[in-house]
Amino acid sequence: MTEEMIIAGFGGQGVLSMGKILAYSGIMQDQEVSWMPSYGPEMRGGTANVTVIVSDERISSPILTHYDTAILLNQQSMDKFEKSVKPGGVLLYDPNGILHHPTRTDIKIYTIEGAKLASQMGNPNIFNMIVFGAFLKIKPIVKLENVIRGLKKSLPERHHKLIPLNEDAISMGMNNVVEK
Amino acid sequence: MDIKEIIKPENLVYQKTKLMTDAPLSYCPGCGHGTAHRITMEVVEEMGIWEDTIGVAPVGCSVLAYDFMNIDMTQAAHGRAPAVATGIKRTWPEKFVFTYQGDGDLAAIGGNETLHACNRGENIVIIFVNNGIYGMTGGQMAPTTLPGMKSSTSPYGRDIATMGHPLKMTELIAQLPGTYFVTRQAVHTPAAVRKAKKAIRIAFETQREKKGLAFVEIVSNCNSGWKMNPVDANNWMVDNMFPYFPLGDIKVNGELIK
Amino acid sequence: MSEVKLMKGNEAVAEAAILAGVDAYFGYPITPQSEVIEYLMVERPEDRTGMVVLQAESEIAAINMVYGAAGTGKRVMTSSSSPGVSLKQEGISYIAGSELPCVIVNVVRGGPGLGTIQPSQADYFQSTKGGGHGDYRLLVLAPASVQEMADFVDLAFDLAFKYRNPVMILSDGVIGQMMEKITLPAQKPRLSNEEIIERYGDWATTGKPSTRERNIITSLELDPYRQETHNHKLQAKYKKMEENEVRFEAINCEDADYVIVAYGSSARISQKTMQLARAKGHKVGLFRLISLFPFPKNELNKLADTVKGFLAVEMSAGQMIEDVRLAVNGKKPAEHYGRFGGVVHSPEEVLIALEQKIIGG
Repeated sequence: MTEEMIIAGFGGQGVLSMGKILAYSGIMQDQEVSWMPSYGPEMRGGTANVTVIVSDERISSPILTHYDTAILLNQQSMDKFEKSVKPGGVLLYDPNGILHHPTRTDIKIYTIEGAKLASQMGNPNIFNMIVFGAFLKIKPIVKLENVIRGLKKSLPERHHKLIPLNEDAISMGMNNVVEK
Repeated sequence: MDIKEIIKPENLVYQKTKLMTDAPLSYCPGCGHGTAHRITMEVVEEMGIWEDTIGVAPVGCSVLAYDFMNIDMTQAAHGRAPAVATGIKRTWPEKFVFTYQGDGDLAAIGGNETLHACNRGENIVIIFVNNGIYGMTGGQMAPTTLPGMKSSTSPYGRDIATMGHPLKMTELIAQLPGTYFVTRQAVHTPAAVRKAKKAIRIAFETQREKKGLAFVEIVSNCNSGWKMNPVDANNWMVDNMFPYFPLGDIKVNGELIK
Repeated sequence: MSEVKLMKGNEAVAEAAILAGVDAYFGYPITPQSEVIEYLMVERPEDRTGMVVLQAESEIAAINMVYGAAGTGKRVMTSSSSPGVSLKQEGISYIAGSELPCVIVNVVRGGPGLGTIQPSQADYFQSTKGGGHGDYRLLVLAPASVQEMADFVDLAFDLAFKYRNPVMILSDGVIGQMMEKITLPAQKPRLSNEEIIERYGDWATTGKPSTRERNIITSLELDPYRQETHNHKLQAKYKKMEENEVRFEAINCEDADYVIVAYGSSARISQKTMQLARAKGHKVGLFRLISLFPFPKNELNKLADTVKGFLAVEMSAGQMIEDVRLAVNGKKPAEHYGRFGGVVHSPEEVLIALEQKIIGG
């Protein structure tokens, strides 16, 4: 199994940390992982993206141009990466703030109302975990228990009390993802 | 009386410190460097710390200080001695570390390293020999060359309008909270040598007590660069250098002298 | 006990430094490697091992702090990125001339000048041909993964002390910023001052006891004939490195018709290209340089007997290709491909270049 994906959106949406939690979950089940962020001025308020690879084998290039999955969380990312999904691949997005929706017919397209659900749950910070839950429903490449173990490993001890909230957010995402 | 009868321990009134090697000094006759070297080494000997002292030599006339000082030494790139000394002192905090630098080295190319080592309050001693000129490279203008003073790169005299003012580095670094003892001395008379040596002793004691950076400027001459005989050079120094670079303590026990 | 973690390349270098028993790190922040000093400051290695960490006032000061501490036999390192490494060249030349051990990490970004902060490999010449003034060489190691960013720290120090020579870890923005799974080694103790004096007392300036002559660290020699002799000694040392310290990884080269030569992130990217090319039926191998100096010239020359051509892939306008051509020595075509100035080539772009420039048709 090798999953090559890009997660892109605004800085502050938790794009990089979503990728990090996925990578950590992969490590928890003895897989190889790589996490390659865009870095530089665009980090500050602009768009951020991260390429994450989870694989059973040694990972070659951490730099990719085509992806099995794209999680796109703003219009710029949609414009930039819709065309980069491999035929037969997955595009997951939050329609909130998207004016030009994806049009490809050779890929599977899913939506998750992440921003709306996060605000319903009363915590905009769990937006990325809702989206992550939606992804895990579509592609259960990492087991939920390994996600929790990954969270425990990557979060400082003082934040461990937030893990149940993150679990709830993941379930919320899993239950609300919609195939278009 | 035979000379062998005179050379007896009981007749000994002066002895070269064993911390100066027997290598003939490469300095010009009348130059202050030899004396400044000697009193530094005498202090190290009198404090009994030579096995724990590491010196840093500069680029300039005293680049070969390590040939004359009989202790472990590192020769630094031009101006970098305070950074080199920082590296040594931070990894061997129990050792005594000093730099020995000239005016071009310390105040021009190494201005930044000097400023920041002083500002961090590194527990080191800086000995700064200021003779207002680049001696080794043949008498070019230094940051401390006086207004109107001739050098090979200010052949018509230092023009303040285009070449800037002589830099009073010692007063400047005395303002920094990291410096604990800052003084300006000279070595042109026996009395001055005794005072300078006392100042160097205070500097090394400051380091022993981990109080911060100790900075001893020694205003000196450069009879070759100034194109004078040694006596005239010393007189010229008293008449012209001292008014601009007045001798005396500038900061004692971490307090500026008013 | 070894521990599996997810870390950035820059963080891995920092953690590996603590674990390798390094005595001091002196650095100055610059993108894309600031995580090295940031990580060290957070970790408080003073409390863990007694390692000193100091943010210097400039890269120039940092390398001179390294010079001072290295002269005392301590294990010291610095890190920076391209413009900062240019500033360090004066100090590196002194360290090489004085024959001191130290480790310098360069997380390369695009140039020339202030350039970009994005990944680049355009400091190959600077790293492998000396970099500063005078006839000298650094041992240069090129990690291609976060794991190697960590592993090469200890290796670099071993080599630095074996040859009393500065060692450069030449990385780039991809390897520095990327996170991967990493297994950290166990903590090595730092040497005590007594051990340092015992091991390096014949050259290190640790304070002169009455039992030995004074130790002097200097690169100055006023007599040109003696300086020439010193240079001969250095050259003999570099020759020994060439004989003993060549490191590389040959993947699928045994049956290869075409070989990609690359290092660092370009090697990772080219590994994917190799897979894509093999899927298309081309017998492509990857020759990954691990040591850039010494350069594996004999091995590449031998490979030239069995393959039809080489593609040197590097994020520069063509630097390593010169060494590839010298090694291949005209036996087979050797061409260059690379995006540069901060642009990272994709595996597909490399494949197109491989097909057009080497495979043909």
